[in-house]
Amino acid sequence: MEYRDYYQILGVERTAAQDEIKRAYRKLARKFHPDVSKEDDAEERFKEVSEAYEVLKDPEKRAAYDQLGKSWHSGEDFRPPPDWDQGFEFRGGGYTDTDPEAFSDFFESLFGRGGFQHGGAHQGGFSQGGFHQGGRQFHAQGENTHAKIAIDVEDSYRGSKRQISLKHSELGPDGRPEIKERKLNITIPKGVTEGQQIRLAGQGQPGIGDGKPGDLYLEIVFNSHSCFSVEGKTVYLDLPVAPWEAALGGKVPVQTPDGTLNLTLPANSKNGGKLRLKGKGLPAKEPGDLYVVLDVVTPPANTDQEKEAYRNFQNAFQFDPRSGM
Amino acid sequence: MQSDDQWVGQVEILDEQSRMTLRELCAACGLSAEQVMSLVDQGVIDVETRGGGVQFSGICVRRVRRVYRLERDLGVNHAGAALALELLDEIEQLRARIRRLERR
Repeated sequence: MEYRDYYQILGVERTAAQDEIKRAYRKLARKFHPDVSKEDDAEERFKEVSEAYEVLKDPEKRAAYDQLGKSWHSGEDFRPPPDWDQGFEFRGGGYTDTDPEAFSDFFESLFGRGGFQHGGAHQGGFSQGGFHQGGRQFHAQGENTHAKIAIDVEDSYRGSKRQISLKHSELGPDGRPEIKERKLNITIPKGVTEGQQIRLAGQGQPGIGDGKPGDLYLEIVFNSHSCFSVEGKTVYLDLPVAPWEAALGGKVPVQTPDGTLNLTLPANSKNGGKLRLKGKGLPAKEPGDLYVVLDVVTPPANTDQEKEAYRNFQNAFQFDPRSGM
Repeated sequence: MQSDDQWVGQVEILDEQSRMTLRELCAACGLSAEQVMSLVDQGVIDVETRGGGVQFSGICVRRVRRVYRLERDLGVNHAGAALALELLDEIEQLRARIRRLERR
């Protein structure tokens, strides 16, 4: 396993005072909190920072960690020296409610066993990337679990059947958590939109004894699409049109997430103009609207014939696009 | 754990229209009734009273869980987390709009 330099992770000196450590942690936590940050590696960074703080905020754990010495570097292969914590009296506790399962092997090897108890409920937790976690033992009803899944906009229109795979950690025979994967075939309910959750009854943690299993909650995000975007139940679709189509109007076939529609373009449509197709957004009791946003594309003039066409165009109009400047 | 390759029958959307009891919301978020009701007092989530009981909309699950994560991880109180949640909602809408406009 790799050594982790907790001081480096928090960006503080090894001699930093406790309140300095707290300030550094708070700043980084606000920056990388997965609910707040949109940085790609936010979740990873947040876990690292939380783990570092978990150790350094507790004078006992910090002293034990310091005892490993200064000669280690982040990422270096690490094995805890035998009896490294001898002479340290850990009172246990001192844990925040941070998810213990998010901690690294390095942390586990030092603080995961022995005097340290994984205490407390940890039903919260981040489940991005398909992770979901369980929790307390000896509980009749199974724990509810949470995860995030990415679907296509079309899935919400049609209510597609999809196979999803979820990773979770389970205690292995040796008592160490291992990552396991399970596959579920689900029907995406029609009309579900980004930020909403779906509930799969009985698909959480199994119950203990006769207890019912918990439920699985999946938060929906849409895969990004080159033509559609979704805000709530409203769907926006960019439609490229030729200048003559925009000017003369007429019927244009449009590929919507719900299939092909024949759209009647009014004459003298403008670039960026929006056409509303009522009720063609995401399906619901009150379905959303679909907005077709016109993108007038001008063809390049390469051949003599094309250049001639543009010159004729110019002669036919007394048009100054900069008259308003 | 369940075995591979099973079809899951009951899938339910938690949206503005769906309704949950206090007990269901507590179970979904892993919180006590007091903790959930303290968020109602702060106006973080809305509650409907119906026939002596209270009901919540399905979107509350995500809101409540986010508020509690923000409090736990950032050391803010209910009011601070509620403010953060509102600003985050607004940022999400703005980001969606920017994505749409930048695509053009």
